[in-house]
Amino acid sequence: MRTARLLAAIATPAVIAAVPAGHAQEAPRPYVVVGDAIPASLTGQSGDAARGRAIVADRQVGLCLLCHAGPFPEARLPGNLAPPLDGAGARWSAGQLRLRIVDAARLNPDTIMPPYYRTTGLQRVAPSFAGKPILSAAQIEDVVAFLATLKH
Amino acid sequence: MNRRQRSAASRTAVAALAAAVAVTVTVALAQTPPGTTGDARRSGYHDMGPALRAMQDDDSANPAMLWVRDGEALWNRRLGAAAKACADCHGSAASMAGVAARYPAFDAQLGRPVSLEERINLCRTDRQKAEALAGGSRELLALSAYVALQSRGRPIAPPDDERLRSYVAAGEALFKRRLGQLNLSCAQCHDDNGGRRLGGALIPQAHPTAYPIYRLEWQGLGSLKRRLRGCLVGVRAEPFADDAPEYVSLELFLMRRARGMTLEAPGVRP
Ligand code: HEC
Ligand code: HEC
Repeated sequence: MRTARLLAAIATPAVIAAVPAGHAQEAPRPYVVVGDAIPASLTGQSGDAARGRAIVADRQVGLCLLCHAGPFPEARLPGNLAPPLDGAGARWSAGQLRLRIVDAARLNPDTIMPPYYRTTGLQRVAPSFAGKPILSAAQIEDVVAFLATLKH
Repeated sequence: MNRRQRSAASRTAVAALAAAVAVTVTVALAQTPPGTTGDARRSGYHDMGPALRAMQDDDSANPAMLWVRDGEALWNRRLGAAAKACADCHGSAASMAGVAARYPAFDAQLGRPVSLEERINLCRTDRQKAEALAGGSRELLALSAYVALQSRGRPIAPPDDERLRSYVAAGEALFKRRLGQLNLSCAQCHDDNGGRRLGGALIPQAHPTAYPIYRLEWQGLGSLKRRLRGCLVGVRAEPFADDAPEYVSLELFLMRRARGMTLEAPGVRP
């Protein structure tokens, strides 16, 4: 099993988290960007919103709440480095959400949002993460499916 | 030199440095004396709650003082093949006042800058003829805490040593470089988002005002290098090797960036 230290290690007691089984991360598959979106699913299938919610809420897997707030009454103090996720599914189509998670730098080169599905153009990546995207294609589809439910 | 003369002198010195190297952002910050309007710099101390500030302020509550006590004993202990104590060469630790405020410094013999910890180890090996202390060891932290304490309350005053310039520039470039799987630079968090929250943690401006620090999360004393390693691991970057020049370059840059701010070592941090 691969162990990983995570962004949260900066702020919380050195977290050693086991990557959940079944999410062994492969190199990114090719995808097509159309305008500001990736219209097609990365896996060819639609994701699962409940799993996506769990990924977003997990500070060692999605990391999202380190920067974004959102509709997570159970969550500990979220970060405030980014706009709240509330209403994301009303503002953006699934394809637009997908590109923003896959590689937000395509829309804003200066963004601090990590490129969740890019393994190139990165420097000094720790060996245990090298060549792997932050989230797998299936995880990203789950997150997209969840965000699409956030209509308010 | 009183405080005003000192900051005036440092302003002139900084202007000279600026002419030579274009560290413009740093200089714009450093030209404004701390505590006056227009200086937006703020020590991590001010980002802590009242309980932690009180813990740092009160020597009888500050856990770092346990290391300081060890450091004092080590300062006076004769050891090594030379059977000499630090005190045999330097006298009272009061002779160290101001030293921590101007390190890292260029070592002519090695031909490169050395951190305060490295300087202490050079005295161990060259003068005391003793084994170098391991980085992060209790003894090395104790001695650096004891030496740093002698500069408490003084303004950070890095020397305008032209031999350091290329290292400072390298440190600044590194500070602005995106690193790791999360692809974040030090500057994106500490310059652009200082004062905001990363999850539950307030992002400090990353001023090296308090090192070594007693960090609650570590349950112990740690060096600035350890803190930097933590931030590198946090963005899923491969930390630099323990003796890598990158740490001393970052330290040099951070000290320039904090020029004139008050040294508060040994500090307490969450
Ligand atoms: C280190 C900070 C950071 C992390 C971690 C992060 N984001 Fe973001 N995100 C941002 C910022 C900042 C923006 C604002 C736009 C920009 O700068 O690109 C943004 C924008 C977005 C947007 C579009 C803005 C909108 O109107 O809603 C979505 C959707 C989004 N993020 C989702 C996520 C999800 C889902 C995750 C985790 C899988 C995540 N983000 C993790 C910083 C982050
Ligand atoms: C993703 C955000 C992030 C990045 C990138 C980052 N840091 Fe930090 N840094 C933090 C946080 C948050 C803390 C405070 C942690 C705490 O209080 O628990 C911190 C603390 C520090 C401190 C201690 C400040 C004090 O008051 O004692 C220094 C110095 C520092 N960082 C330097 C750096 C350097 C140099 C880099 C790049 C190599 C870097 N950081 C990258 C978030 C970050």
